[in-house]
This record gives sequence, structure tokens and C-alpha cells, in this order.
Amino acid sequence: MNLPMLWIIPALPLAAVALNLLFGDRLGKKGTSFLACGAVGLAFAAAIRAVLTLAARSPEERQMVETAWTWFRVGDFSADVSFLLDPLSAIMVLVVTGVGFLIHIYSIGYMAEDPSFRRFFLYLNLFMFAMLTLVLADNYLLMFVGWEGVGLCSYLLIGFWHEKQSATDAGKKAFIVNRIGDFGFLLGVMFLIAWTGSVNYERVFAAAPHLFVAGGSIITLATILLFVGATGKSAQIPLFVWLPDAMEGPTPVSALIHAATMVTAGVYMVVRSHVLFEMAPATLEVVAVIGAATALMAATIGLVQNDIKRVLAYSTVSQLGYMFFACGVGAFGAGIFHVMTHAFFKALLFLGAGSVIYGMHHEQDMRKMGGLAGKMPITHLTMLLATIAIAGIPPFAGFWSKDEILAKAFATGHYGIFAAGLLGALMTAFYMFRLYVLTFRGKPRFEEHAAHGHADAHGHDAHAAHGAHDDHGHDHGHGGPVKESPWSMTVPLSILAVLSVAGGWVGIGKPFIHGESWMATWLEPVLGHGPHMKHLSAPAEFALMGLSVAVAAFGIFMAFRAYLQQPSIATAVRERFAGVHNALYNKYWVDEFYGAIAVTPIHQGAMRLWRFWDEKVVDGTVNGVGYVLEGVSALLRLFQTGYVGTYALFIAFGVLALFLHFLRS
Amino acid sequence: MAPIPWLSLLVFFPLVAAVLIAIMPAGAHKPIRLWATLAALAEFVFSIPLWWRIAPGQAGFQFEEKLDWIPAIGAQYHLGVDGVSGLLALLTTFTTLIAVLGAWTSVEKRSREFFALVLALEAGMLGTFFCLDLLLFYVFWEAMLIPMYLLIGVWGGQRRVYAAVKFFLYTMAGSVLMLVAILSLWFMQKEMSGIPTFDLHAFYQLPISPDRQFWLFLAFAFAFAIKVPMFPLHTWLPDAHVEAPTAGSVILAAVLLKMGTYGFLRFAMPMFPNALLVCAPWIAWLSIIGIVYGALVAMVQPDLKKLVAYSSVSHMGFAMLGLMAMNAQGFAGSMMTMLNHGVSTGALFLLVGVIYERRHTRKIADFGGLWKVIPVYSVIFLVVMLSSVGLPGTNGFIGEFLVLLGAFKHNVWWAVVAATGVILSACYMLWMFQRVVFGPVTHEENQKLTDLSFRERLVFAPLLLLVFWMGVAPQPFLDRMQPTLDRVLQMTNDRAQVLAEMAAPQPAPVAASLVMPAPAEQGGAR
Repeated sequence: MNLPMLWIIPALPLAAVALNLLFGDRLGKKGTSFLACGAVGLAFAAAIRAVLTLAARSPEERQMVETAWTWFRVGDFSADVSFLLDPLSAIMVLVVTGVGFLIHIYSIGYMAEDPSFRRFFLYLNLFMFAMLTLVLADNYLLMFVGWEGVGLCSYLLIGFWHEKQSATDAGKKAFIVNRIGDFGFLLGVMFLIAWTGSVNYERVFAAAPHLFVAGGSIITLATILLFVGATGKSAQIPLFVWLPDAMEGPTPVSALIHAATMVTAGVYMVVRSHVLFEMAPATLEVVAVIGAATALMAATIGLVQNDIKRVLAYSTVSQLGYMFFACGVGAFGAGIFHVMTHAFFKALLFLGAGSVIYGMHHEQDMRKMGGLAGKMPITHLTMLLATIAIAGIPPFAGFWSKDEILAKAFATGHYGIFAAGLLGALMTAFYMFRLYVLTFRGKPRFEEHAAHGHADAHGHDAHAAHGAHDDHGHDHGHGGPVKESPWSMTVPLSILAVLSVAGGWVGIGKPFIHGESWMATWLEPVLGHGPHMKHLSAPAEFALMGLSVAVAAFGIFMAFRAYLQQPSIATAVRERFAGVHNALYNKYWVDEFYGAIAVTPIHQGAMRLWRFWDEKVVDGTVNGVGYVLEGVSALLRLFQTGYVGTYALFIAFGVLALFLHFLRS
Repeated sequence: MAPIPWLSLLVFFPLVAAVLIAIMPAGAHKPIRLWATLAALAEFVFSIPLWWRIAPGQAGFQFEEKLDWIPAIGAQYHLGVDGVSGLLALLTTFTTLIAVLGAWTSVEKRSREFFALVLALEAGMLGTFFCLDLLLFYVFWEAMLIPMYLLIGVWGGQRRVYAAVKFFLYTMAGSVLMLVAILSLWFMQKEMSGIPTFDLHAFYQLPISPDRQFWLFLAFAFAFAIKVPMFPLHTWLPDAHVEAPTAGSVILAAVLLKMGTYGFLRFAMPMFPNALLVCAPWIAWLSIIGIVYGALVAMVQPDLKKLVAYSSVSHMGFAMLGLMAMNAQGFAGSMMTMLNHGVSTGALFLLVGVIYERRHTRKIADFGGLWKVIPVYSVIFLVVMLSSVGLPGTNGFIGEFLVLLGAFKHNVWWAVVAATGVILSACYMLWMFQRVVFGPVTHEENQKLTDLSFRERLVFAPLLLLVFWMGVAPQPFLDRMQPTLDRVLQMTNDRAQVLAEMAAPQPAPVAASLVMPAPAEQGGAR
């Protein structure tokens, strides 16, 4: 008997959503967590089974397609609900279900005291369904279902504490900004349909070389539009503004959606479409430049933020920039590799931050932390490992992927991008260890026991959240001493820590081993050899590695120096460059800029459109016609006197007029 | 044995029910609403076989009934149904049932007359969709106005009389021109063949010179565009919707607006194809303006019903744009949008009605924090809102996507500008939803709101079912409409070609060449 391989994977969390909706009120917290985590765990198992089956095949045959039904067919166009597993989606599906499963487990502890426990897992399962649809779809349109579906879940989960204005604002902003991206994506897909007649990856990619002129305007336009979609979903310039605000959501959500999985969907889409992007070198340049610029810009902002989750948010934006410039220089495999390692260490960082926030009774301001290493040993250790990983110290996971990206940028002659990446790496190491030091080292900058009553809010604006917060009762522990989180949180942390250390070893390649890395070999059936990829000589590779390690080490050193040994340095620098600090702290005023050039004018314009144009001009004309007719008929009424004599007179006039008329003709 | 006059039964059953309800004792509110609901239910059940009988693959009219009506002028009582009118008829019977069930507690004043009028309206709408004789069409078209006029004028809000009169006169002004055009067609037909008739099939064959088509097309288009309503002829709609009782709004949005797009599809486009080709870009751009304009104005509405009304202008812009694309995807998208809009916007008006009934206000600012008080309502609202926004997986997406695809194939810029409506719809809907449902409860009165009753859940359940059914597996719907749409498309294209050829080179002798459509290649889809 053939069990379904693929559709069952997204179907499992969807079934959990349905069961939760129908019977959730009778399940209780235990039942709900069991149902939600069980479904995702099973999905993970199903994914492993499917990937093992795939791996057992010879490399050329590593492709499974399962068509569930024809979604719709109109004229010569049709779209199927059809799933595809190949080495690329295999990596994604394992990361999504694996990391997703861990985060589900973690959430049992983190959300334990939330009265909307059930709703949380409902959304989380729904997200898993959408994300798995996104990565397993075998065509652009079904991908779009997942694509907008994850956007919806993101909207719902960012605004999870929906009585808080800032949370629902952030959710709305995320959805609308994503919609701007989706506008591009949809038009890009339409270009593909109009030229290739299909949305199916295989058919589009097979037809593309015959239908598009490589480097021509059509393919360039189409890929640019697809990339606009990616900038929305994956928070790149100019649409990155929603992601930092998304931190309003519960921390497991930040870890799962806004770090490990959803935000990498744009990278996945670009890698998936690499055949198209490779035909449009101009687009690739744009992707590379946008990626590098985003990586740099976000890193600079991350340098000065004080909210622990905001630092991580900007770090995510920055790391996504790395993934994109990897794609832009043609190193699609390296991009996906970084998606994977980033999922491990960034999920861990967020969950660790969540553990800190939980332990600190909802304090997110790092200036009020410090010295937590001894109080939260597991959180401390796991988070340190993740911080080393993201900083790019060998042999941790982040080193391998980041180094490969930088090496590929250098090898393809993108020296400016390489330099930006290197500078970004320096800042990454610095701000991440700044976060580490401020949180875990030094003396505590808070008073235990002092904080009582309500715990501080989610989000740094305690006042805004106050009302909402009391209702929700997230005040577990009521201030009490800072202590380590429960096992349901520390176990996922520990597993992710192992992955953050060792997860990058699958990508160890050229200078260390003969031949390609395991990762590159695995992806080869999808991505090919990368025809124009020059290989650096081993000494050059080692030199680049040495350089990036040195840069990272310097950043770490600076962070310890400025925030642990001599805090006066940080203060002095901040005062010396107050203007720069101000610009960074206010995120370059991008939000304000968008508000001034788009949000406010559109709103005011719409108001004027309604009040003046619609009410006065359009409707005024309509009513004006009515009034004129009323006036005319009032005049005409004068002729209807009711006297037969008057009418007889009119008739006489009429007869006379007719008579004259006939006489003349 | 004569076949059962099935369509006539469908048309006249609600009318008979209306009469019977009208003679029930006036005070008996409960039996009245029960019998009205049963009648609407029976009618719906009675119409369900349409779903199976408009078999996929069937393009032509079925169940045709033909009786002489006014032999002297050749007017006939001629009914028939095909994929397009069948689906719209199902939408009508479904919507009426939902509207009647939704009005159980909201209408207590003169409920006998109210329910009788709703059922009479149903008869008028079904007659309009089924009839194949233009004079009969005109009669049904006008007859439909009267119950709606009364529903708004008697059971409406504060400015009900203004809104009702405006609705009536505006629509009337459009249809008078249409009557002139119908008469003109009748004269042409009579002149040419000697046989006076208002038969649609005959008019489909009528060779009309492109110049003449232009004016006739304008007359029809004006009547239909008001009904759609297309920018800038839309201002009666917000007034009518705001003042109408919930059931009136639901039927108005779900069915009456479709009369406009249906009229284009059935009458104006295939009869005057050359004029259509001239006007299509203009109509398309007006539709696109309507999409963007409706969305922008919706964004700043302080009144929930007005917001939904302007969103209707935006959505119906999509329906018109799909028609003007003149290809398979555009047509199917337009038709799907008509059905989707019926479901989603009907549901939105019901949702507004639910809180209006409890709070007697429609101001967005009077709400807030509803999720906490009435969670079931809020979740349903969320789903309906998302379907209106066109989230993939819900019905809204299929229609919008197909329209945009059709438009894209015709003219890329149409799709580019229209697609901004996708962004804007998210803006106005999400913002409204945030202010109504999220946040803390800001008004004390809202603390005591009661969540949906069993009856209300019963009303929304089938709507939600349709939202997902049409979003996840829309093919059964598409299969039923496509043969008819293909036929209309082909007929329009063929006719355009033939008539243009006839007009172009030499003044050809008109009479003899009653043209059979030549086997042309599938036009339109470029």
C-alpha cells in the first residue's frame, strides 16, 4: 500500500487546526498542546520518511510529485494543488517541521499561563500548514497560497495580544507591507503565465530558455517583480519596515515565523526560480546590491538598539540580506545553506531571549538586565553557543555558511559586496556580543523581588500595554526571583544549541575535503553546478576564512571591551557621535519617511476624494440634475392650468404650427 | 405530454408565496417569518436541481418555455436558462433564503409586508435572469425596482425616503434609455424580416451597422453601468445601502448589482460587438478607476455600511474589467467575482446587520474590542473579511486572480493598475477590522453584546462553507459557467468580425445575409 508521501505533511497541522476549532474547548491545555505538537511532530516524521525515500533514489531521480486535485482550469490556463519534493524543498521541509516542532514544544512552557493558549496553538498550526504548502508547492500559484497564508498567520500572531494597539498596528503593517510585495509577486507570476502558459515550476523552467531572451527586458522585469515579492516577505530594502515591529508578537512566534521560517520564504522562492534569475543578470545585480545594502543597514541599526528582541530582529533582517546577496552573486546553494544554519541559531537566539524575558518577568530592555549567566545557566550556555555561531567563529554553524557566501562573492568579483559583507560580519559579531554581555555578564542592573504585581508588558512600552496586560495575566511568577525556565523550554534550547554548533558541518567543502560539500552535492540536482562559478585556490580560501574570523574576533573583542571592561568607552562613543547614534537609534527615520510620503498623503487624499470629489462633484452633479429637472417641471406645470380653454388655445397653436410647417415644405 | 414549466414555477412560486403571506393576519409576526422562511427554503431546494441540470459542457439555453404574450407586437413569454443565468439564479435563491432568515428579529414592524416584498423581489430577480425576450426582460427589470424601493423606503434608516427615491429614479433613468434601444431594435428587426419580435435569439442575429450599434450600445450600457454600479454612476449605492434594512442590503449587493454585469454579458456585449470594441478600453479604464477609487473612498468611511458599499464599487470594478478583457480568464474571473461578491459582501452586510441590531449604530468608532465580547462573531467576521480581501484559499482570490490574468493578457497596464486594488483592499478592510474587533472595549454598551444565536450561526454556516468551497475547489462552478462564457465570447467575436466586414468595403445589401457565425479561431485570448 502506498501511503501518501507529501500532501499528508501540510495536511497534518491543518487537521489539528480543524480539530482544535471543533473540540478545542473540551481539550484543556494538556490536550491542546498534545494535539498541536503531536500534529507537527507527525508532520516532521512524515517529512523525514519522505526525504529518506527521496534520498534513497539516484540523484537524477530525486523528485517526487503528488497531485491532489486540479485547483482551477480556465481556458488554456490551469493550476493544480500539487506537491513537489526535491532536494531543495527537502531541506526546507525538514527545517520547517523540525524547528517548528521544537518551537511548538517550547511554546507549551512559554504560553502556559496565557488565557488564549488554545488560540495560540491554533494559529501556530495554521502557520505550519501554510508554510509547508509554500515550500512543498509545485507551482507558483499554490506557493502563493502558502505565501499569503503565512502572511495571514503572521498578521494574526503579531497581533495575538489583540487588545494592545501597538500589537494590532504591527500586525496590520506586516500584512499590508507584505501585500505590496505580493502585488509584485502576482504580476511577476502573470508575466510567466503570459509567456510560458503555466505556473508549474518544471514547465516554466523548461520553457523559459526558449521563450525569453536571456538578459532581455521581459525576463528582467518578471524576475524583478518576483523579487519585489521577496523583499516584502523577507524584509529587504525597501519593504523591511514591518519585521522589527513584528516583535510585538509572542517570542516563540518571533522565533518560528520572523526568524527561522517564514522570512526565508523569499530566499527560497528566489532559489527555486534560479533558472529564471540566472537568465536575468541585471536582476541578479539588483538582488545582490539590495541584499548587501540591507545586510549593512540593518546591522548598523542593530548596534544601538536596547530591546533584546529588536536587536535580534535587525540581526534577522541583516542575515536575510546575506542570503540574498548570496543569490545575487549566483551562489544559490550558499543562500539556502545560510537559510538552514540561520534557522538553527536564530531560532535559538529568539527562544533564548524568550527564556530571558520569561525569567525576567517580561522585561525586554537589556539595560535592565545583566549578570544572568549564573541564574539561568542553560539559557546562558545555549545562547552563548548561538551567539558564537552567528558571529561566525569556526567550527560553529554560522561560520560555514557565512564564509561560503563571502567567498562566493569574492570569487565572482563582487568586491564591493564582499567588503560590505565583511563589514556586516564585523558589526554582527559586535552587536551580538553586546547583547550577550549586556544580558548575561556584568552585574545585574535590576532588583529582584522589587518588581511585583503585574509583570512588565510584552513590548517595551509598558504603559501602552498595561491595560491589555492585566486582562491577559501573563504575570506568571509575580516578580519573584529570576530563575531558569522549565524543561519544555530548555530542552528545545539544548537541541537547537547542538544544531547551532554542528549544523553547518554538512556544508564543509573544498579546502578541507576533496570534492564538493555534502550540501552542494545534495542540492546539485536542483541547482546544477553553477556554471559561471569560479573556484578560488585553497590558499585564497584559507586567507578569506582567516580574514572573516579575524574580523569576527575583533568585533567580539570590542564588544567585551566596550560593554564589560570599560563601559565608559560605549558612553564616550555615543556622545562623540550623537548625531549618528540618533540616526541609528531612530532607524534612519524610514518609518517616518514612509509615513510622510505614502501613508499620510494617501489617507488625506482619500479623505478629499470622498468629501469633495465624491460628495460634491459626482453626487452633486447627480442631485443637480434632479434639481434642474424639478425646476423645469415646476415651470412646465404652469401650462397645466386645468382649464379646458387654455388647452384648446394650445391645440389651436399646435394646429397652426403644423399647418405652417406643411405649407413651407 | 408537455414538460413541466420548471422555470415559470421557479419564478412564480415566490410570487404566490408573497401573496399568501400578504393576506396572513398582520400581527402574527412569528408565523409570518416562519412561513416566509419555509417558502424561501422551498424555493431554494426547488432551484438546486439547476446545479445538476446545467451540466458541465452544456452551452445553450435549456428548459426553454415560449408562449405568446402580446402577439400583435410579437412579444413573447420566453424563458430559458444556461450556465451563467443558472448560477446567478442559484445565487438569488440562496441569498433570499439567507436574507429572510437573517431578518427574523431585525424586522418586527410590518413584517408581513416586508417578507412578502422580499419574496416578490425574488420573483422579479429570477424572471430577469431567465427571460429571453427583451420586452419581458424590461418588464422584470422594472418590476424588480418596486419591491426594493419599498424595502428601502419603508424599512430603511433615517434618510430612507431620499435614498429610495434616488435609487428608483437613478435606475429608472438608465432603463428608459434601454427601453428606447429595445424599441429601436424591434423596429430594425421588423423592417428587415417583416416579423416583429423581441426575441433575444433574433436580436443576436440582427445585422446592425457599427455606427448604429454605438448608440444602442451606449443606451444599454448606461442602464447596466448604473446598476453595476460603475464609476462615476455609483453614488446612489452608498445611500441605498446605508439606508436599506439588512436584508435589503444583502439582496441589493448580492444579486441586484449583478444584473448590471449580467446585462453586459447577455445583451449589450454580444448584440453590439463592434461598439463594444470601440468602448471596451473606456469601460475598462472606468472599471479600473472604480477599483482604486472605491477602495480609497472605502478607506476613510466612518460608517460600516458605507465602507462595505464602496468596497462593492471596487469589487464590481473587477467584475467589469474581466468582461472587458474579452478572453476566457477574464470572463470566468468576472463571473466568479460576481458570485464571490454575492457571498462575501452579502455576508459582510449581514455581519454589520448583526451588530446594528444589537447596538443601533453602524459607526466604526462606536465599536472596538468585540473579539473579547463576542468571539464567534469576530472569527466569522475575520474569515469573511479575508475572503473579501481575496486571500488565496478563499473564494475572493479565484475571481480577482482570473480577472487580473485576463486583463494582463489584454493589456498589461490594466492589470498593473487594477492590482493596486489588492493592496488597498487590505488597507481598508484590515483597518476597519482592527477598529471594530481588536483593541480594548471602549464603549460600555458593547460589554453586554450577545454572541451569535443559533439562528445567526445557521445563517453564516453556509456562507463560510461557500467561501472555502469556492476558494479551494472552484472547478465545479467554473465547469458550469465556462461553456456559456465561451459561447458568448465566440459569438461576440464572430459577430464583430462579420458586421465589420459587412460595413467596411461596400454598402452591402443587408437583408439577405442573416449571418451564421463562421467557424473562426478562438478569438480574444491573445
